[in-house]
Amino acid sequence: MTTLLQTDSDLLLAAITRLLGEKQIATPSEIAERIAITDAASPAQGARMVARAWLDPEFRALMLTDGTKAAEEMGIPMRGLPPLGVLENAPDIHHLVVCTLCSCYPRAVLGYPPFWFKSAAYRARAVRDPRGLLAEWGTSLPEGVRLRVVDSTADYRWMVLPMRPPGTEGWDQVQLSAIVREGDMIGVSIPSA
Amino acid sequence: MLAPGTTVKVRLDWPETRGPCHIRTPHFIRGAVGVVERHLGRFPDPEDLAFARPAAVLDLYHVRFDQPSIWGEGKPGDAVVIELTEKWLEPA
Repeated sequence: MTTLLQTDSDLLLAAITRLLGEKQIATPSEIAERIAITDAASPAQGARMVARAWLDPEFRALMLTDGTKAAEEMGIPMRGLPPLGVLENAPDIHHLVVCTLCSCYPRAVLGYPPFWFKSAAYRARAVRDPRGLLAEWGTSLPEGVRLRVVDSTADYRWMVLPMRPPGTEGWDQVQLSAIVREGDMIGVSIPSA
Repeated sequence: MLAPGTTVKVRLDWPETRGPCHIRTPHFIRGAVGVVERHLGRFPDPEDLAFARPAAVLDLYHVRFDQPSIWGEGKPGDAVVIELTEKWLEPA
């Protein structure tokens, strides 16, 4: 019986879960586990990785060569997901991530994409007028900084490793991760102390 | 396998005009000339996976393009970097 508290999506989930079980594609507990992993994913996970990379050169090196392995080392479940690539910002280079074709996003480490990441305007302007777009975010790159727009097309997911801002000397990992925002790891903004 | 630094041209092809397809090569880059940055691995062709067809395993490359020359505007030195499979790349 449908009650007033049940939504269409609840009914749809229950029906598909039952079908997947009957067809022996996935068990209800596997589906529940995957939902829990998805719900636990948020920009806080990526921020923890960034903060550790700022403090731990070995972890930073691992993150840049194998983002998936680095995420797993932080306890973030990556099984079955596309490889995670990490783009390192430097004094002369800044990265901006977009998926012009759809909405490829490193959900395991950043959670659900923000609404604007999927908008036609962001997707078009990130490749055509990236500096104009950054200016609207209040992000101005110092003279001499080259911009690299990374268009994610299918098989990889990309996140940005921003530069550690001045004024954070002596901070620990918890303090550092608190200043790293979702947009800093997409590249539309830059963390500050 | 293509070495980093190899100049390549993205095929100027429009499979969309020939029937249903799932293309992971953005429109704006078709026909453009870029430089291979690095090999990213080998992946089953997403164009076939999307239709649950047997998929060939293809080399995937990060290819860098000069951003201002794609649009005729922008700041010199800026780049767009895209993952592209070997089947979309030809000698420049």
